[in-house]
Amino acid sequence: MLSQNIRFAVFGNLSFSALPFYSVIATIAASMVVLGAIACIVVITRAKAWTYLWKEWFTSVDHKRVGIMYVIVALIMLLRAAIEAILMRVHQATAFQQQGILPPEHFAQLFTTHGTIMIFFMAMPFLIGLFNLIMPLQIGARDVSFPVMNSVSLGMTIGGSVLMMISLVLGKFSTGGWSGYPPYTELAFSNDMGVDYWIWALTLSSLSTTMTGINFAATIYKKRCEGMTLMAMPLFTWTCLCTSILMIFAMPAITLATALLALDRYADMHFFTNGMGGNMMNYINMFWLFGHPEVYILVLPAFGVFSETIATFSGKTLYGYTSLIYATMVIAVLSFTVWLHHFFTMGQDANVNAIFGIATMLIGIPTGVKIYDWLLTMFRGEIRLTVPMLYAIGFMILFTIGGCAGIVLANPGVDYQVHNTLFLVAHFHNVIIPGTLFGMLSGYHYWFPKAFGFRLSETWGRRACLCWIAGFVLAFFPLYALGLLGMPRRTAEYFDPAYRPWTLIAAVGALIIAAALACLVIQLVVSIRDRAQQAVPIGDPWDGRTLEWSIAAPPPEYNFAVLPTVHGRDAFLDAKHDGSAYRAPEHYEDIVLPKNAAIGPVICVAGGAAGFALTWHIWWLAIVGVATMFAALIVRSFNRDTERVIPAAEVRETEEAWLRLAHSLPPRDRNAELSIENEGLATVAAE
Amino acid sequence: MSAQDAKERAHDARVYQVGLVLALVLSAVPFGAVALGLLPASGLLWMIAICAIVQILVHFRCFLHIDLSSNHRHDLQLILFSVCIVILMAGGTLWVIGNQRAMMM
Amino acid sequence: MSGQVKQHPGLNLHREDAETRDQTEEVLFGFWVFLMSDLVLFSLLFATYGTMLHSMAGGPGPKQLFDIRNAGIETVALLLSTFSFGQASLAMKYDDAPGRVQTWLLVTLGLGLVFLGYEIYDFVDMIGKGGPPSRSGYLSSFFALVGTHGLHVTCGCVWIIVMIAQVRMFGLDTLVKTRLLRLGLFWHFLDVMWVGIFSVVYLQGLVG
Ligand code: HEM
Ligand SMILES: [Cu+2]
Repeated sequence: MLSQNIRFAVFGNLSFSALPFYSVIATIAASMVVLGAIACIVVITRAKAWTYLWKEWFTSVDHKRVGIMYVIVALIMLLRAAIEAILMRVHQATAFQQQGILPPEHFAQLFTTHGTIMIFFMAMPFLIGLFNLIMPLQIGARDVSFPVMNSVSLGMTIGGSVLMMISLVLGKFSTGGWSGYPPYTELAFSNDMGVDYWIWALTLSSLSTTMTGINFAATIYKKRCEGMTLMAMPLFTWTCLCTSILMIFAMPAITLATALLALDRYADMHFFTNGMGGNMMNYINMFWLFGHPEVYILVLPAFGVFSETIATFSGKTLYGYTSLIYATMVIAVLSFTVWLHHFFTMGQDANVNAIFGIATMLIGIPTGVKIYDWLLTMFRGEIRLTVPMLYAIGFMILFTIGGCAGIVLANPGVDYQVHNTLFLVAHFHNVIIPGTLFGMLSGYHYWFPKAFGFRLSETWGRRACLCWIAGFVLAFFPLYALGLLGMPRRTAEYFDPAYRPWTLIAAVGALIIAAALACLVIQLVVSIRDRAQQAVPIGDPWDGRTLEWSIAAPPPEYNFAVLPTVHGRDAFLDAKHDGSAYRAPEHYEDIVLPKNAAIGPVICVAGGAAGFALTWHIWWLAIVGVATMFAALIVRSFNRDTERVIPAAEVRETEEAWLRLAHSLPPRDRNAELSIENEGLATVAAE
Repeated sequence: MSAQDAKERAHDARVYQVGLVLALVLSAVPFGAVALGLLPASGLLWMIAICAIVQILVHFRCFLHIDLSSNHRHDLQLILFSVCIVILMAGGTLWVIGNQRAMMM
Repeated sequence: MSGQVKQHPGLNLHREDAETRDQTEEVLFGFWVFLMSDLVLFSLLFATYGTMLHSMAGGPGPKQLFDIRNAGIETVALLLSTFSFGQASLAMKYDDAPGRVQTWLLVTLGLGLVFLGYEIYDFVDMIGKGGPPSRSGYLSSFFALVGTHGLHVTCGCVWIIVMIAQVRMFGLDTLVKTRLLRLGLFWHFLDVMWVGIFSVVYLQGLVG
């Protein structure tokens, strides 16, 4: 008895039975995580890189570094969640009148982790990473408004991601889907650690995202350079602003919904339970109060990326700039008025459904405006079919189809028929993959040279893109048919032979997506190998239009030697035309930058530990974790030594070296941008 | 402290004093009315609501120093926008869940 | 030098130079954005409370549990604390007197603790009368709403203590001043939330 109590006090519910031997595939996955982690540690230690990583990356508050780390997290999590998706597809292809390759319980974990990761730990870090990397450059700022808070946000996102990874090794994850509906996720039905993992991973992510939203909004409002009026901001920055607003107002809803669910589970309360006055529909209501704005958090950034890439690679000014901005704002506001379309079948009045159905359809209008604007931007442009542009074209065609499916679903009568079927799964993947994912990949290819100073391999990029498009079509269009045939989502095993051919086609599509992922990995390796040839040190490989292209690649840590003054949209293009680009400033000044801070990694570890401890009921560790987070904040607030100065002489030296190089290299024509001649200096083409 | 400063200080202090008095009165009135049962229930509810809204405005004006001057439209816009969203979210919740409750009765 | 143009809501700093003013403006704008995000959290707690009004599950309701005297005392304590914080802000803005600022912060802290003390007393009282949070959905939502406010006040108290220490250590420099401005916004904002709570929860409950 006593020894048991001591064990509980120290380890909570953690024991050897937490190890994942319930399915072969789970064991393999866990081993991969453990081996991967060990491999990373060994490699870093052998390379003696810990100090370097700590000094230059983990504690860095530079928005560019923070952004890059976000994207790295996103890419790693993309790999995991996509592998899980492919497993699910293979499972369903084999699950006709038999169990398939996975036990049902494991299949249920997979759709939960896949959905949770894709949304919270792939798409959100990816878009936040790109915003971090590019938005301050686009508005001519040296950093975001709250650089240290930025690093804390990153820390919490990483803490959540690590929690997701640990859940592969210790214990099981929730089987309640990415939306975690009660009462199934209440203790009465899910009496293990799975739902708790999900709750705390999400809590870390949602708090982190709220802080990011606040940070970006303040940055865009208060840190724009001279002359950068709101209506002169690049569209990517505009979508950043609208996305931030959505984060600020929508994330508290999920923070609260999961917190109340946690109170139900930990403190025996009755918000969403079956009896004692609980009302699970309020959870669903709050989840989608967050959830619908969330889908626009995911897709608006993609709209921003495409607005940049389409204009750049069509060699034309963005068509309908103002209408794009109004469309973005309208979408942002309308997205708070439609959440009920996710639960048309709850049992409310038909009139309520009608109102929300109409509101939903209205969103199609501003979105349609955008598609036309992009088409008209391309119209009579000098289009270059680079990888970012290929993704953009794939997006425009496929996203429109997915959007139309959405309009169909917005009709409550239709929704009653296909609610909870694979038709819905087809619809949201059809907007989220061509929209969010293609958008992020397009931006990844577009801005990679800015971040690292060399271009990604075009050949492998094309292969990846084509595989994504083909794989997507094959993997998801069959699901529309399956949905109409009545196959429910989250089905572990089925008996209707009519489903068979479609699940097989979808599995083939998933395998092609696996090939796309492989291409992306190979591309990265090949590009790093060839980085000398692919280098674009001057920083403008695509004949860019906006301020981020006006500085070296990779940018110096202070971004701009002298904060720029702009006179309109497409500021850098104008500068190239009037000859003011690549000109040395009159004089240099000392630049003050924030010092590195350890609070980000500290909160990452403390937050992750607290989440883990709460999951396993290791109370002492939970207290230590939470207390450490607060203590770190307080200690930090007493730190007065938070700034460092880069002397003017050093700035001058860096800038002059870069300018000398720029003036010594021959500019290259747009059409040569894919050859190794591209060194990041573009000829000034007539518009 | 210059005379100008002294005047400003007195003005700012006055704002806080007025705020406190108004807030105390606007709290005391509904508390008193409820404690003594001065009005029928629906009247009490209206009174509580009105006093609360007025008091919130007083807090914004006197303590949070939000006013309609054109210098800080940004922040006013922010607050008004937030109020709209909050009405959508909280009001929507009450409406939707209330409607479902009514349908289940 | 025209330090008189109000640049941001909340009490402006006095006679700040342009650079300080820009910094203050940015930091305060960010803090307002945070407050608005917090407002959403509170509003959803209010909404949840609203949807749970009928979810007594046979347990006790407001009439059996609430004590209007406690709610009244809590209200007065919080209102006075808001006023005393205002005095601290005035001392900071005009008098540049760290000592007076600290005194008023201490008064505010004291009133905040009185509020918390009565709140805890009230909670214990309710639990004693058979109304713990686990009794019904209604009570869960009551404790979640009022408790969240209480947690905020607790954080505010810790923050006041930190600021007293910082005023003592660093004097009233720009950083300390902007932090005090933010703390002030936070404290006054919590008072606004409390107005909602005593109206919607306590008074409405005792009437309805
Ligand atoms: C890489 C290609 C992808 C494939 C092959 C794929 C496949 C799947 C499959 C098979 C399911 C389960 C369907 C079912 O319920 O039967 C699913 C669910 C889901 N996927 Fe994906 N997916 C992919 C990418 C994405 C992306 C990029 C996102 C979001 C950014 C995403 C978000 C989701 C969500 C939220 C669910 C619902 C999980 C749940 O039921 O709780 N997926 N996906
Ligand atoms: Cu939706």
